[in-house]
Amino acid sequence: MLRIDCPCCGPRDHDEFRYGGDASAVRPAHDDPDPEAWYRYVYVRKNPAGLHREFWQHVTGCRQWLVIERDTRNHAIASVGFTRNMPA
Amino acid sequence: MARYSAFSIFRNALSGQKNWRRAWRAAEPKPAYDVIVVGGGGHGLATAFYLAENHGIRNVAVLEKGYVGGGNVGRNTTVIRSNYLLDGNTQFYEFSVKLWEGLSRALNFNVMFSQRGQIVTAHSADQLDTFSHRANIMRLNGIDADILDRDAVRRLVPYLDFSETARFPIHGAILQGRAGTARHDAVAWGYARAADGHGVDIIQNCEVTGFVRNGERIVGVETSKGRIGAGKVGLAVAGHTSLLAAEAGLELPIESHVLQAFVTEPLKPLVDHVVAYGADHFYVSQSDKGGLVFGGNLDGYNSYAQRGNLGVVREVAEAAIALMPCISRVRLLRHWGGVMDMTPDASPIICPTPIEGLYLNGGWCYGGFKATPASGWCFAHMLATGKPHPLTAAYALDRFRTGHTLDEAGAGPSAWLQ
Ligand SMILES: Cc1cc2nc3c(=O)[nH]c(=O)nc-3n(C[C@H](O)[C@H](O)[C@H](O)COP(=O)(O)OP(=O)(O)OC[C@H]3O[C@@H](n4cnc5c(N)ncnc54)[C@H](O)[C@@H]3O)c2cc1C
Ligand SMILES: [Zn+2]
Repeated sequence: MLRIDCPCCGPRDHDEFRYGGDASAVRPAHDDPDPEAWYRYVYVRKNPAGLHREFWQHVTGCRQWLVIERDTRNHAIASVGFTRNMPA
Repeated sequence: MARYSAFSIFRNALSGQKNWRRAWRAAEPKPAYDVIVVGGGGHGLATAFYLAENHGIRNVAVLEKGYVGGGNVGRNTTVIRSNYLLDGNTQFYEFSVKLWEGLSRALNFNVMFSQRGQIVTAHSADQLDTFSHRANIMRLNGIDADILDRDAVRRLVPYLDFSETARFPIHGAILQGRAGTARHDAVAWGYARAADGHGVDIIQNCEVTGFVRNGERIVGVETSKGRIGAGKVGLAVAGHTSLLAAEAGLELPIESHVLQAFVTEPLKPLVDHVVAYGADHFYVSQSDKGGLVFGGNLDGYNSYAQRGNLGVVREVAEAAIALMPCISRVRLLRHWGGVMDMTPDASPIICPTPIEGLYLNGGWCYGGFKATPASGWCFAHMLATGKPHPLTAAYALDRFRTGHTLDEAGAGPSAWLQ
């Protein structure tokens, strides 16, 4: 079981959260005409065996979107922060 | 290769079972092969077997980082079916079921393919309509399919919840009578032995860590047992495809996720079919030893840990009891997880890559066991001829660029929702 230390609500069981996937995928500009950029944004994922930056939403808590760094080999969580504070 | 037969059992019995030969050689790598298949799971071993059997290419090695059968081929819940909806999937999986039907004979190894039939329950009139649509498509493709009403379902599987208080009342079901299960370890061992019989080297404890290039072309692999040359390299490393592809410089639309499987204490015969719950994610069959074997959803976040988390254990148990209240007191003996490739449309990727000499067979998600024979057959064709087999033409990597995805679940481009 993962325990996520929500910066708003404190440590909670991960069942309270919804997974939002790879946080490193960068959305192209709204008017970017390059299909390759959109293909990469929609489909290509980093998928590392190790530290992964990913989105989670605290759906049954504060409903904030969080960015979490988690090791995909053992689920150890290195950091949790608000998505809105994420460096662009 | 000494053939297994009733006579060989008898003969070995006379010498106290001491003279059985090992099923395949413990091969060590030669300097080079015509084809190297990376991954000694069902798909890799089947590929090697069909390379030799169908194409006469025998200078082949299968490199496995652990032991044969230690990956998903030995971790899955063994369901085999071809009740798919989309063009491309329908024909491919039916071809696979046909190969399963002759597999024990083709391999001279009993893979215990049991066509006990799969029943998927429908819980509303609308759902039964969509099942009728699916059944029509299956029949148009020459695949057996039956639509059952509530009474017919009740006659076949009376132990499901048909009470007034059922959480989701059963309206009917779709049945594929030729669907079933097989012994997953036997599939790996049978292909390994048959491939070895054709001269294929199966090399265990040999991890591929990188690729050897000549200009742009891949001409071999770096492994924990040293460098090995290859005319062609095929990847069949279910669950780890994106890691290995990254070593070759390929970025893929794949995430690795864990799926769990569960086994209860042994019971007297109860579940004669494979039963899947149409209202939630739960499916169950009964093993020959009597354990109920079942599964449900993915854990739902990227993971390379070959074990699952408890949240899913609870969810699956809830679904199980909603469908089959009679098992609420049965003890769960074991559960484990397997790491799978999840593509954004839950269909596999089988194609030549932009890198010369490198071929890809991955993205098998949670349904690739049933595909094992057809996947091996078609991948062998690709490695032998350099071109995709017509049955896997729809599984090209560029489908995500061109919009020709095969999204059976209709869940969109998020791998963990598939
Ligand atoms: C719990 C669970 C239940 C499932 N249930 C079903 C089901 O009911 N029906 C169904 O059709 N499918 C099911 N599946 C999916 C199915 O098991 C897989 O899609 C299929 O087995 C994958 O192909 P494979 O057998 O070749 O993979 P694997 O057996 O995983 O083979 C891949 C091999 O590659 C090796 N490898 C990885 N990296 C390297 C490297 N760098 N060098 C060398 N070797 C490497 C691994 O050790 C592994 O042995 C299930 C999966 C799981 C986890
Ligand atoms: Zn919170």
